[in-house]
Amino acid sequence: MELGLFLAVLGAGLAAGFAGAGSAIGVGIAGRSAAGVVTQEPSMFSKVLILQLLPGTQGIYGLLIGFIVLSQVGILGGEIPSLSKGLIYFAACMPMAIGGFLSGISQGQCSSSAIGLVAKRPDQFGKAMIFPAMVETYAILALLISILSIFGIPASL
Amino acid sequence: MTNTYVDKSYAYAVARLRHAELKLLDSAALEQLISARSTEDAVKLLKDRGWGSDESDDLDEICSKETKKLWEYVDEIVPDINVFNVFRLQNDFNNLKAALKESVMTYDYPGIYAENGTVPAEMIRDAVKSRNYKNLPVYMSEIAEKAHEIFLRTGDGQLCDIMVDKACLDAIRNAGAESGDSFIAEYAELKVAAADINIAIRSCITRKDRDFMTMAIADSGIMSTEGLITATISGIDAAGAFLASTDFAGAVQELKKSPAAFERWCDNLITDRMQSMHYEAFGPGPIAAYIIARENEIKSVRIILSGKQNGFPDSKIRERMRDTYV
Repeated sequence: MELGLFLAVLGAGLAAGFAGAGSAIGVGIAGRSAAGVVTQEPSMFSKVLILQLLPGTQGIYGLLIGFIVLSQVGILGGEIPSLSKGLIYFAACMPMAIGGFLSGISQGQCSSSAIGLVAKRPDQFGKAMIFPAMVETYAILALLISILSIFGIPASL
Repeated sequence: MTNTYVDKSYAYAVARLRHAELKLLDSAALEQLISARSTEDAVKLLKDRGWGSDESDDLDEICSKETKKLWEYVDEIVPDINVFNVFRLQNDFNNLKAALKESVMTYDYPGIYAENGTVPAEMIRDAVKSRNYKNLPVYMSEIAEKAHEIFLRTGDGQLCDIMVDKACLDAIRNAGAESGDSFIAEYAELKVAAADINIAIRSCITRKDRDFMTMAIADSGIMSTEGLITATISGIDAAGAFLASTDFAGAVQELKKSPAAFERWCDNLITDRMQSMHYEAFGPGPIAAYIIARENEIKSVRIILSGKQNGFPDSKIRERMRDTYV
């Protein structure tokens, strides 16, 4: 059995799965708030939609990491990795899996509050968008470390 | 994890509220009502803001229509209306008192019942009439049976009212604790404590004894019932000294002025405590704050309009105004 391959695919799956789950929860929470505002004021749809979608990016980052790993380990391209290389792939996926999951939920909650802000003060949309965007920073940092790790794995291992 | 889920289930409701809060009357709008030239002008201003209905300009009808709208709205947006029972129990127990009185009358008085309780008024009326209380909620059935029996035996309406009022305060505090929300629980405790202080002071003025107070005063959880009773028996000044060590320290001056001033102080205390709900995006707390804000607003409008109808000077009306949430 190719244990190295298994670990690499497991890592890719967790990165895409957890980051996606975080986004799903986040977008779900923000969506409830958005629906509440649109019930009262349908003209706010476009503004609250943007805020609802902000926590959706973690899922895309997770997908990206998953895709890169799969294209290097012999599933979509590349070569089947050794056990030690598989373990490194697995470890490299973890920042995205954990960072994506938690930041997605947190960003959803923050978006929800921002949607409340826009409901009360529609003219403050710009500021309302900055607060959830701050959470995005940490999803990007997790993405960065995962990418650097994956591309930095020495070919000789 | 369960709590997190429950909390988030209010995301929809809270977001809807944030927009609805824009329509609350702020202090400038209330000031505009006070300075209206006549009652008719004030009613017109209210109607322009969507108050009441087109059919009637009557103050009572406008206010009861607004209360009805408030509860229909809350029922529409929240997943479980029972979380907000603290605000509705008073109506149930008032209905119970009304039903007990009606049961010994020769005629029916259907108009004396309040709406927006946790159970329909008709159900309470039927239960008392048939003396079959099993359909009522537990916190009501026991006291209803006991009060009815005492009322029939002694004919003492006041005693019966005191018992029901105490049961109401107990039920409010329990409902606050059961709501699972710290703000609603705090509100319930403050409400019960305020009622206790009112009872204690009135008992002191009318020279009631310890037994009476023990029967009437409920445990609020924020001050010692025993301490309050002991202090009040010694006199108003001792009661003031006791209150100085509680959340109600600022109320001592108001209590000396009048019961209305004390009530206003209590309303302002709660309004002050609920300011933090402006920043909550989840949970039942912000909805509770909106309910209180709406009820206070209706109370303020009632004060303004009845003051105007009775020719009160604007300055006297202004004195009675509560702080606003928005």
